[in-house]
Amino acid sequence: MTDKRTTNWTAGDERMVEDAIRRGATRRDLLRMLMASGVAAMAGGTILGRASAAYAGTPTSGGFIKVAGATSSTADTLDPAKSSNSTDYSRICSIYNRLTFLDGAGTVQMELADSIESADAKIWTVKLKPGVTFHSGKSLTALDVVYSLNRHLDEAVGSKVNSIAAQMASITATDKTTVTIDLSSPNADLPIILALHHFMIVADGTTDFSKPDGTGAFKVEKFEPGVTSILVKNENYFKDSGPHLDGFEFFAIRDEPARVNALLSGDVHVASALKPQSLRLMETSNNVTTVKTAAGNYTNMNMRLDMSPGDKADFVEGMKYLINREQIQKSVMRGLAVVANDQPVPPASIYFNEDLKPRDFDPERAKHLFEKAGVLGQSIPIICSDAAGSSVDMATVIQQSGSTIGMKLDVQRVPADGYWSNYWLKAPIHFGNINPRPTPDILFSLLYAKTAKWNESQFLNDKFDSMLIEARGLLDETKRKEIYGEMQAMVSNEAGTAIPAWLQGVDAMSSKVKGLEANPLGGLMGYAFAENIWLEQ
Amino acid sequence: MNNIIFKLIAQRLGVMIISLVIVSFAVFAATQLLPGDVAEILLGQAATPEAVAALREAMGLNQSALVRYFQWLAGLAQGDFGLSYVTNEPIVDLIAGRLQNTLRLAGITALFSVPLALSLGILAALYQDTRFDRIVSGITVTVISVPEFMVATIAVLIFAVHLKWLPALSYANEITSLGHMLKIFAMPVITLTFVISAQMIRMSRAAVIETLNTPYCEMALLKGASRIRTVMVHALPNALGPIANAVALSVSYLLGGVIIVETIFNYPGIAKLMVDAVATRDLPLIQSCVMIFCFGYLILIMLADIISILANPRLRT
Repeated sequence: MTDKRTTNWTAGDERMVEDAIRRGATRRDLLRMLMASGVAAMAGGTILGRASAAYAGTPTSGGFIKVAGATSSTADTLDPAKSSNSTDYSRICSIYNRLTFLDGAGTVQMELADSIESADAKIWTVKLKPGVTFHSGKSLTALDVVYSLNRHLDEAVGSKVNSIAAQMASITATDKTTVTIDLSSPNADLPIILALHHFMIVADGTTDFSKPDGTGAFKVEKFEPGVTSILVKNENYFKDSGPHLDGFEFFAIRDEPARVNALLSGDVHVASALKPQSLRLMETSNNVTTVKTAAGNYTNMNMRLDMSPGDKADFVEGMKYLINREQIQKSVMRGLAVVANDQPVPPASIYFNEDLKPRDFDPERAKHLFEKAGVLGQSIPIICSDAAGSSVDMATVIQQSGSTIGMKLDVQRVPADGYWSNYWLKAPIHFGNINPRPTPDILFSLLYAKTAKWNESQFLNDKFDSMLIEARGLLDETKRKEIYGEMQAMVSNEAGTAIPAWLQGVDAMSSKVKGLEANPLGGLMGYAFAENIWLEQ
Repeated sequence: MNNIIFKLIAQRLGVMIISLVIVSFAVFAATQLLPGDVAEILLGQAATPEAVAALREAMGLNQSALVRYFQWLAGLAQGDFGLSYVTNEPIVDLIAGRLQNTLRLAGITALFSVPLALSLGILAALYQDTRFDRIVSGITVTVISVPEFMVATIAVLIFAVHLKWLPALSYANEITSLGHMLKIFAMPVITLTFVISAQMIRMSRAAVIETLNTPYCEMALLKGASRIRTVMVHALPNALGPIANAVALSVSYLLGGVIIVETIFNYPGIAKLMVDAVATRDLPLIQSCVMIFCFGYLILIMLADIISILANPRLRT
């Protein structure tokens, strides 16, 4: 690649040429342009060759890119168990592999595992793919898997998924390539759970993660927490499909405008997690493409069912009709959202209940319900904060709708610092913000079961709880989808959590970067972009 | 004269040690007021009481914070900054690279801005109440009033996004040539020069003008000395004290106060490191950063005092 480089040639120039080609410039025009900017005609030839190759659709090998994430600190880690944000996930996805992963359609695919099977959803047998090696040259064996999974059960490790891993009662190596996982109670979702980023497989006995040994598509060349990381291609990667890049640098630019500027100036090739406000700027630039991800995170309004006024079912239902979802989707989120139907399972999930439509915006019906509940005319406080993204704007939209029917909603904006411990789950009406979870079981167990730690509206329903346990152990997918569908309807109709919209994430990249697709596990292709993308040259 | 200076340095070093201890205790007390500790922060939403207790145990955080603070202080007395709670690496390793970056940026900025600011300030005093003076003063006031994030953002938009002359980010894994270095540092240095020069310009102008109004300067003028000679030979030595102090204050800001510039240009300096440390409640790292800021500040102030003593004939004897 270096032999093709001309001196003083910047990413900006490259885009200028491509721009001109796109606008229909002829070879002669381009040469004139290049001569004018002082580039020798000989070098001009290679540039033209490169620029015209940019139209091919098949992956090309080689190239080194810079990717800017959104968050970074000295707490950055390459330990999968401790990883906690997009930056950590992006790095570990390129260094390690999981037993399974979720593809763009949200279905489970095998990665290090050859198969994961169970007859009763309780005892699971994991067969490993043969011929997978770590960066150090060591072969992948069942012992690595046992060690990696057991780390989450050791509280001294500080694993983020300790509570999810706790259901694995025993993890044993049956032979060199087979692992048996015995769950404390049946859970048909285990293959999806194992696709969580934290369940990456590390080499047996690893305790120092500053020089990690994984099976992934890239090896760590440099890692400075809070500063940067450089990853280079693993020539012995077990998948034939990748990686295409020779390597990439991953670092974070925490300031969002700075991230946008770095992309526009050509200093980075990919900028992740942009705000809706930056989208237009990106779309007006010819040299930048964007990928939107509907990952399933949402900001919701919680009305506690055990406190006034949420204890009146008509009030809760009325509020759900008072939300102008379309306005929230269009003006608050600037189109970067999908209207939601008051339940937490996202449309990308295979268990999403298609028949459950979002409620219409119907202030008259809301007025009628408020009258029935006897709350019309009272001043009702709603707590919002910048801590729950976009909640202030959402509250304002709802307040304005309320004022048209004589409903006084008192929007109280409180500081972001301390919001989660002081207001969330506590105030009678407040906003929450929930990150995507891969299965309905995790969402419901975490947010709606009677024992749920984060039961935001104090939704208590015995039938719901027993359905949750029943569905968890079911291997029959049709039956399972049916139960989850019914549970979504119960949450949508009975719980006090109004979920107006699923928020979308946006990643933007130089138009030379190809192959990045949306994934339900999050932005940057569920953070596993590195082995899938390529740089056109 | 030497005696006075040695006495001053000895005195200052003594005061410095006491100040450092007091500051470190104040910072320790302040960090204890922050909600949550490093184990809770690291576990985030997964922080169940059992998990937090286990992680604290594993990280050796079971002793009371006060005990750990004194252990850290005792270690520091022997030159050991301790281990970071979060990364478990020696703090010296974490700080070394960042401090180097900060010193490089501060050094280049000081080299550029101090001569510029002092010459502008002195010239403005020399040509007091002329159009030149008014233009310099006007620009100075304007620059003081514009916040640095605005200067930096506008500079990036113009020079990086539209003109594409300079990179939008100021961090490179390796600096290949002098030209490359100038390109990388151009925007942060210009931004910081805007921020720190204004104060130095105003201070040096005021100090020189004040001395010009003293009887001995009037005398020099009456004896027929030119205005330039009066300013450079008679007024300036006496004005050096306040000027040196203004320079020391401005330059000390470059050591720890440039978080905005570090954020916008994504430059991994020590200010960002300290913000990270506070966010993760990494007490030894916070303390070490504060010690470095405080130490740098005290050294600069001491240098300013020495300069003013050396420059002032009355203090010299």
